[in-house]
Amino acid sequence: MKEYLVDIRNERLSFFTPAGEVKALNDVSLHVREGEVLGIVGESGSGKSVTSYSLMGLTAHPGRLVGGDLYFNGHYINEMSEREMQKIRGNEVSIIFQDPMTSLNPVFTIGNQIREVILLHTNKTRKEANDRARELLQLVGINEPDKRLKQYPHELSGGMRQRVMIAIALACEPKLLIADEPTTALDVTIQAQILELMRDLKEKLGMSIILITHDLGVVAGMCDHIAVMYAGKVVEYGTTDEIFYQPSHEYTKGLLRSIPNLNEREHKRLVPIEGLPVDMLNPPAGCPFAPRCRSCMKICLSSMPNYTQVSDHHSSACWLLDKEKFERQAEGQA
Amino acid sequence: MAKYILKRFMLAALTVFVVASITFFLMNMVPGGPFVAEKSISEQAQAALNEKFGMDKPLIVQYKNYMLSAAHGDFGLSLKQRGRTVAEIITSKFPVSARLGGISVVLSLLIGIPLGSIAALNRGRWVDDLIIVIATCGIAFPSFVICTVGLYIFGVYLGWLPTMGLTTPLHYILPVFALAFYPTAYITRLMRSSMLDVIGQDYMRTARAKGLSQHVSLFKHALRNAILPVITYVGPMLAYTLTGSMVVEKIFVIPGLGGQFVSSIMTRDYTVIMGTTIFLATLVIMMNALVDIVYKFVDPRIQLK
Amino acid sequence: MAEKNLVSFQLKVEDFLPATDAEKQSLTQMRPGVSFWKDAMRRMKKNKVAMISLCVILIIMIFSFILPSYYPYHYGQQIQGSEYLGPMTYSPQEQVRIDAGEKVFPHILGTDNLGRDYAVRVMVGSRISLSVGLIAAGIILVIGSIYGAVSGFFGGWVDLIMMRIVDIIYTVPDILLIVLISFALKDPMQTLAEKPGFAWIQTIGVNLISIFLVFALLYWVGMARIVRSQVLTLKQNEYVTAARALGAGSGRIIRKHLLTNSIGTLIVMTTLQIPSAIFTESFLSFLGLGVAIPLPSLGSLASDALNGLNTYPYLLLAPALLISLIILSFNLFGDGLRDAFDPKMKS
Repeated sequence: MKEYLVDIRNERLSFFTPAGEVKALNDVSLHVREGEVLGIVGESGSGKSVTSYSLMGLTAHPGRLVGGDLYFNGHYINEMSEREMQKIRGNEVSIIFQDPMTSLNPVFTIGNQIREVILLHTNKTRKEANDRARELLQLVGINEPDKRLKQYPHELSGGMRQRVMIAIALACEPKLLIADEPTTALDVTIQAQILELMRDLKEKLGMSIILITHDLGVVAGMCDHIAVMYAGKVVEYGTTDEIFYQPSHEYTKGLLRSIPNLNEREHKRLVPIEGLPVDMLNPPAGCPFAPRCRSCMKICLSSMPNYTQVSDHHSSACWLLDKEKFERQAEGQA
Repeated sequence: MAKYILKRFMLAALTVFVVASITFFLMNMVPGGPFVAEKSISEQAQAALNEKFGMDKPLIVQYKNYMLSAAHGDFGLSLKQRGRTVAEIITSKFPVSARLGGISVVLSLLIGIPLGSIAALNRGRWVDDLIIVIATCGIAFPSFVICTVGLYIFGVYLGWLPTMGLTTPLHYILPVFALAFYPTAYITRLMRSSMLDVIGQDYMRTARAKGLSQHVSLFKHALRNAILPVITYVGPMLAYTLTGSMVVEKIFVIPGLGGQFVSSIMTRDYTVIMGTTIFLATLVIMMNALVDIVYKFVDPRIQLK
Repeated sequence: MAEKNLVSFQLKVEDFLPATDAEKQSLTQMRPGVSFWKDAMRRMKKNKVAMISLCVILIIMIFSFILPSYYPYHYGQQIQGSEYLGPMTYSPQEQVRIDAGEKVFPHILGTDNLGRDYAVRVMVGSRISLSVGLIAAGIILVIGSIYGAVSGFFGGWVDLIMMRIVDIIYTVPDILLIVLISFALKDPMQTLAEKPGFAWIQTIGVNLISIFLVFALLYWVGMARIVRSQVLTLKQNEYVTAARALGAGSGRIIRKHLLTNSIGTLIVMTTLQIPSAIFTESFLSFLGLGVAIPLPSLGSLASDALNGLNTYPYLLLAPALLISLIILSFNLFGDGLRDAFDPKMKS
């Protein structure tokens, strides 16, 4: 347990809405070591954001942890009080959100919002906090920091706002940075800059990152490990190379197949993943991906697959792997 | 910014001018004109008015004379109250209404803002439902209903509170309550929906992610944003308080300007009607302009260069 | 549906056979698509408060428009000797008639100072208030939506000028002007009413006409602004460009495409205008600027009742409660409509 900075085991989390219990997370396990970058990949509704929010105790209202254990930096999150959580938020673990346009409070200056988190978690004076804020703005690549500190969010561009968010997140030198779709709302060129910035900062500060995205291109250059999520479950988990070059789960394969290839000279049809996302109010008994899977078998519809270890760091939850094992056993006996 | 202030005041001034002109011409639609010779008015007063506004001269000239005098605060003599100038009447009655109105505006804000916030924070629970019900009734019941029912219950039936005049602090309770009822309810509803809107915003999530407690994030981040729509309501609220005072002052027999307006209509005291209208209209229009300008200062998103 | 797998269960060869499309289909449920109106109606029906308000409104409508025709008393009928009767009591003269075997319909809400049955006066009073509300809302709807649609659709300097006018009207304190206009129109209206063909002015009352006039002149601005902003948003949509490309004229576009899409908002706004118009009318009637006697209005009934408040409180309570009920139900119903049409679900 101690070897991991983040250790989530068998997490189950549901939202108790008026319409019924939405089972958002259905047995999710993942871990991150110090200095590592984990990418969580999945569609909207797969539970990727929910997992990280639960780590920070930021689960939105009708949601509740229903099972599993969450460990972070020596803390047992399940049993921490709100007060204790407030001490580590923004301090040991920080998060940056998807939409920089709306994540900053429009009526306060940039300086105010950065100073706020510094003054909250440290004993610095206002002047010291301001100096630190200036430092941070330079660190994230914003020029004319003194001018920016006095400006309001609407006076900055999207890319700059996201940098400010990063500055706020790094202010107290957290061990873990959670980046929830940090570049989705930005232009592609800005996207590249932000990712570059995050890479640099990770090297400089030695912090861990959980990078949440639906974009495979983003994880390719940044992450050490990748967890692929679908319908509240981690369906495949492995190193970046393993996921990209030896994908094991049909969903992962589908995702990779659907990436259009810019180098194709001929006109080829795009290959989407057929079917519709799962209804989380009434999740099916079997593998959640089954109805959309081209290799779906009868057992996939009726029972949830187990995790099969494909290699040291690579696991996948798919009945096809069990089928292989089964066939090998049968052959062995024959 | 300065350009906006200028534009806003020009609009206000234009509107005042329009209202004053409309008032003048409307009063002249009455056969004989506003300064008609009535039996109840004294000879001297009649002569003075004729001379001042040039009754025999063409309408346009009368209009010009009247507007010029009005701009100096001179609205002529009252037709029904002997020897008093309209300006005198206004200056003696206005402070009463101002005090009453001022107290009720402050009260509405002091009660409405917290109440609305509490409702928003307890959304879906019984506190919220209760507050919504009270607030909805508050905006539905006409002011004269609140006044008369309140008067009946507390003044007549229970006999706890005085029903007329404004001599002791106790006398203020019923009129202020009646006048503040609608604005308080409106502000409560407004604050509630504004707060609900703000609480759902992303920057509130950011605030919590920084490690701020519920209290701080609400008081610092949410309130500051949620209160903006309420500021825009202050303008219309002042206008409402003005008109509401007509009913309240009539029912509770309070010697204020609203009541004066109504009674001068009943008694056909044209000069007073005109003077009061112009005065009140100017007041409301100017205050609205002021509130608009203040709002622009407060919301940094709308910084006009 | 089985949640957990059996602890030890045997895998069989058949389990690994590919699943058929039919088997896969059975697991994906598509929720049926619902049309905009059906969806709104559904939400509406679920809203208990709004449904109750609707029932109350209907009951009051029956009460005001239908009942008086079947009622044994007329609102202007003054019965000698029956002044100031309490609810459900009889005057000595009536008592004599009852003893003689005659059936005398009770005065459910008593009588007023002129011996008029109060219940029927309250009924007719609410009829007047409701009519004013409905007609005024109609006027506001027609003028406001046309003005706003034209202004928003044509844009440019047409829009600019029209909106400046709206700004000025908006800034004017309405009550002051209403009072002034009602007052100033009184005498000219009177002379007009004496001319042939205009006698109806007398029955309705000068003040009421003035009220309608003022609504037509001043109150439509709020509606105009909302319609204009709706039109501005919808104008951007592609189907407008498509319609133009097919040769549709401006009038047709406004009518068919823009207005039909704003109907939801229009319905809600109009419904919410009704109580506010009734509010204003009762306010004016209370000040004595409402309908002509002997026509009662809930506002004027309440005003008259003030005089005898100490001894005859029921004369005040009936109209006061009724008008509050009317305004409240319309407000709640309007709120319910707004929630039903608003795609942004609050939950």
